[in-house]
Amino acid sequence: MYVKQISVFIENTKGRLADITSVLAKGSIDIRALSLADTTNFGILRLIVDRPFDAEKMLKESGFTVSVTSVIAIGIEDRPGALAEALKILEEGDISVEYLYAFISKTSGKASVILRVDDGDKAVEMLVNGGITFLSDKDIIEI
Amino acid sequence: MEIRMWQREIETMQRDAIKELQLEKLKSMVAKLYRDVPHYKKKFDEAGVSPDDIKTLSDISKFPFTTKEDIRVNYPYGLFAKPLKEIVRIHASSGTTGVPTVVGYTRNDLNTWSDLVARIVVAAGVTGEDIAQISFGYGLFTGALGLHYGLEKIGATVVPVSSGNTERQINIMRDFGSTVLISTPTYAMYLAETAKGMGLEKGDLKLKIGLLGSEGCSDEFRDEIEEKFGIFPTDNYGLSEIMGPGISGECVYREGMHIAEDHFLAEIIDPVTEEVLPMGSTGELVLSSLTREGIPLLRYRTKDITTLIDEPCRCGRTHTRMTRTLGRSDDMLKVKGVNVFPTQIESAIVGIEGIGSHYLLILRRENYMDNLEVKVELVDGKVLESYGELEKIQMTIKKRLLTILGLDAKVTLCSPMELERFTGKAKRVLDLRFEKEGGR
Repeated sequence: MYVKQISVFIENTKGRLADITSVLAKGSIDIRALSLADTTNFGILRLIVDRPFDAEKMLKESGFTVSVTSVIAIGIEDRPGALAEALKILEEGDISVEYLYAFISKTSGKASVILRVDDGDKAVEMLVNGGITFLSDKDIIEI
Repeated sequence: MEIRMWQREIETMQRDAIKELQLEKLKSMVAKLYRDVPHYKKKFDEAGVSPDDIKTLSDISKFPFTTKEDIRVNYPYGLFAKPLKEIVRIHASSGTTGVPTVVGYTRNDLNTWSDLVARIVVAAGVTGEDIAQISFGYGLFTGALGLHYGLEKIGATVVPVSSGNTERQINIMRDFGSTVLISTPTYAMYLAETAKGMGLEKGDLKLKIGLLGSEGCSDEFRDEIEEKFGIFPTDNYGLSEIMGPGISGECVYREGMHIAEDHFLAEIIDPVTEEVLPMGSTGELVLSSLTREGIPLLRYRTKDITTLIDEPCRCGRTHTRMTRTLGRSDDMLKVKGVNVFPTQIESAIVGIEGIGSHYLLILRRENYMDNLEVKVELVDGKVLESYGELEKIQMTIKKRLLTILGLDAKVTLCSPMELERFTGKAKRVLDLRFEKEGGR
């Protein structure tokens, strides 16, 4: 249902992304998924990793602004139209998506979608009623 | 509330009596300068003035100013009014540009100085029961030794830890039970951050009072120190050329710093036209020594911008007060024709959620136009959930800067601890307007 996501603040200066990933590499943190969006001034890197709280601690100690939050993770069929069906459910519930990123699992052949919405609990309820499969932290790690 | 004073009789003198005392001392000081210091004799002769011209206190305006440059060209001892045999201590200012300014103290000067510091520390609420940790750098700088002897004089336990090694400072503070901190406001904030980083809570330290002088700071910055560190911060003012700390200091009401007018005569001038401004005006503080033996200075231009208040204070002290300095006229920046003091920027950023209290101002000139960039640290990850939140923070700071300064600034967020921390006076301005920037 909900999985832990790390958000890291990045200034738009050369090498910051490499710095962050090096910190995680040193701590043997396994990155399962990531998304980076930026404006002209700064960016926010969002990561799903195997040990989120360890990763948060390491990044904090290296001087980054970090937070760990819960986001919705769902698994959908890897076929045209599957994402549209899931999003339609949210639209019908008048829920807006703040951001979203998706990736394909090597083993299950399913697509995983990470979602952040304005009303998480309502979204979960709608998705459950719509028959959508949720992923747990454990599922994500095992992808 | 019982108001404690170190020299009550002097500190609560009637204003007329203070003025009378000042006039008497000024007359003899001007005569002494003319007689004992060749530099002053020459300057007075050139200006066509003589000691007899002092009939009232305002006659001082006929006399020439003394500047830092005058002290430098007389490096090292040229302005001393006593032979070195009678000088028992030398101090010098850091001299970030060029030759340091050297000052000398006779034994009487040191006694006066420690009494003046005793006045300001007692005014701030320090007693003989206190344990005072001095986190100013010891050495030629007057801050540390000045406070040191004043605090010893009132019987406080002095811990001369000096500056630097911040974790050790905190350990000493905790283990020794320090109740008073002497440092710059910036360093106090850094100590508070470090203590928090070491896992200490407010109650783990016994600190009560902070004598946070030697650099200007906004009310907001000070309130934040008070809140984070659980200390009562007070400001005091001094400059090494005139004496060091002890020239003025706040009492517990913190409604201006009480100038020791039995030793100094204060004027406010327009820093550009050099005209003396009426009581209550804001301008550059000019100080004259009335009692100094080693190196008395007449009409010394402090470059500090302040306002004088001559009504007696609620605490009962009667000497003229000066408002906390807005900054040095040297620190004043002209951006698109607007006068900007770094402390004004500080008041725009302090208290915004998620943002730390350190900042850096970067000035650039692009297409013959000044551009102001303000860099602040994003210290709290809570706002990372949406761009909207981050952009809102940027907009809030931008709007506040526009309100306070009337200037449109670019606001940049950066990671915590990215901006440099200073143990002494903070350098918060990077002026690139007159330099060529590479690679842009």
